[in-house]
Amino acid sequence: MTAAALRTLPLAAEHRKLGARFAPFAGWEMPVQYAGIVEEHNAVRQRAGVFDVSHMGRLFVAGNDAGRALRRSLTYKVDQLSESEAHYALLCADDGGIIDDVFVYRLDGVRFLVINNAANVEAGVARIASFVEPGADVELLDRQSTTTMLALQGPDAQAHLSSIIGPDPEALGRQRCVELEFQGYKLFVGRTGYTGEDGFELITSAEAGAHLLQQLVADGVAPCGLGARDTLRLEAALPLHGSDIDATTNPWEAGLGFAVTLDDAAVGGRAEFAGRAALVASKEAGLSRKLACLRATGRGIMRHGCDVLHAGQVVGRVTSGGFSPTLNVSIAMAYLPVEVAKEGTAVEVDVRGKPLPAAVVRRPFYRRSKKDAS
Amino acid sequence: MNIPEELRYSSEHEWVRTEADTATVGITDYAQDQLGDIVYVDLPATGASVTQLEKMGEIESVKAVSDLFSPVSGEVVEVNQEAVGSPELVNEEPYGRGWLVKVRLSDAGEIDKLLSAQAYDELITREMEENTD
Repeated sequence: MTAAALRTLPLAAEHRKLGARFAPFAGWEMPVQYAGIVEEHNAVRQRAGVFDVSHMGRLFVAGNDAGRALRRSLTYKVDQLSESEAHYALLCADDGGIIDDVFVYRLDGVRFLVINNAANVEAGVARIASFVEPGADVELLDRQSTTTMLALQGPDAQAHLSSIIGPDPEALGRQRCVELEFQGYKLFVGRTGYTGEDGFELITSAEAGAHLLQQLVADGVAPCGLGARDTLRLEAALPLHGSDIDATTNPWEAGLGFAVTLDDAAVGGRAEFAGRAALVASKEAGLSRKLACLRATGRGIMRHGCDVLHAGQVVGRVTSGGFSPTLNVSIAMAYLPVEVAKEGTAVEVDVRGKPLPAAVVRRPFYRRSKKDAS
Repeated sequence: MNIPEELRYSSEHEWVRTEADTATVGITDYAQDQLGDIVYVDLPATGASVTQLEKMGEIESVKAVSDLFSPVSGEVVEVNQEAVGSPELVNEEPYGRGWLVKVRLSDAGEIDKLLSAQAYDELITREMEENTD
C-alpha cells in the first residue's frame, strides 16, 4: 500500500506536536511511539497513558430489533446485556472461524455500540447487516469517520479523567458505559481497554477529542502509540485478530470460550447465531491444540512466525511475540498440541535459525493487582 | 542527532574510533534512535574475524531485529560485556559506554573508505527526508 492510500487520524496534527512517529497499520497512518515504547508501556502499568484508537470501527446498531440482529451475528448473548453493560464477543463464519472479535456496549433498550478491528470494519459491518431480517427495525450507523476514539489506560486513568470531565467515571463499573457531555459534544465513556489495566474508551467529536487529548497530556498522562499497545496487550495475553485468532482458528482453542453462549436459558435454551453448529461440533470434538503462553528462559526475542519445537519436532508457530518490559524477557503466544501446552513444559523457539529455550507458562503473563481493580 | 566530528561512519550506521591499529565500533545516535528501545545485542566472540560491510551480529529492539555490519576488517580483540548485559546503554550512550566491539585492523586503509561526520550527516538527512515523504 502506498503512503497516499493511507487514512489519516483526525488528530494527526496533535500527535505530531506531541512528537509521534507514524507507521502504516491496517490502512491507517498511526502513531507508533512518542517518548519510546518501553517508557510508554511503563507509564500505563504504573500511572496512565492515552492512545488514539480512532482506526477502530464504531458501529451503532439501533432499533427495536437491534439486539436480535446482533445476537444472530455474534457468539455472545449480547441481547441479554442490561443497559450500560458491555461484553466481548466474536463474529464467526458459518464454519466457526473467527471473522473478527468485537466489544459490544448496550447503551439503552434499543441502542448498541459495536467496536471492531480496523482491518475488519467493512467485513464486520457487512456481516452484521446480513443478519438484519427483512422489515426488521434495525438501523446501522457507522460513526468511525465522524468521531474520534481515545483509550485512557492505567491505574491513574480514573483520577485523570475525573479531573477533566467531572466525577462520573468514578462510579462507572468495569465493562460499563455512560453517555456524558464534554464541551457541548456527546462523550461516550466505556470502562474497558486492551492493556490489562483499568481504563476507559472515550468516543466524541474530533474537536472535543483534541481538547480531551490536550488536557489529559497536560494533566500528566503519557501519549502512547501502537508499539506500547502491542506490548501491553501481549503481557495481558489479549489476542490480536489477524495474528492470534483468524478465520482458521476457533474460540475454544484460543481460550475465548467466555465469549460464546451456545445455550441461553433466557430464550428457552438453544441460542441461534452464525457459526453455532460448527462451534458445537468443534467443542464436542475436543481440543487438539490450544493457544499457549511462552516465556523465554534464554536471551533473544521470539517474534510472530517463529517455529516452536518440542522433542526435536516443530509443534507450532508463534502468533504474537516480543519483549515484555514488565518481565524484562521475551514472551509469546503459540498454538501448541494440548499435551505440549501444559504449564512448565520446556520448548525451543527457532529465532532465525538459533534455538531459544522457553517454557509454557500460565496465562496471562501479567495481571494487575486486585487493589487496582474496580 | 549527535554526530561527533572526530569519528568515521559507515553507511550502515556504525561509527569507528581508531587508536593505533585498533578500532572501537558502535552504532550511531541516529541508528539507536531509529531502532528504539534496544533489548538484546548479539556480538561476535573475542578472536572472531570480521569483514568490512559484512554482518557481524544483531541488534534487537522492542520493535524489530536489525543486522549489525562491521565497518572494518580484522580480529575482534574485545567485546563490551557491559553493553551485552545492559543493552539500554546503547540507547543512552551510543558513543560512550554503549560501544560494542574493538577490532584489530587488518587493513588500516579501509578507514579511508568510511564517511566523515559531515558526509554521514548528509546521508542521514537524506534518509530522514525519504522517511517523511
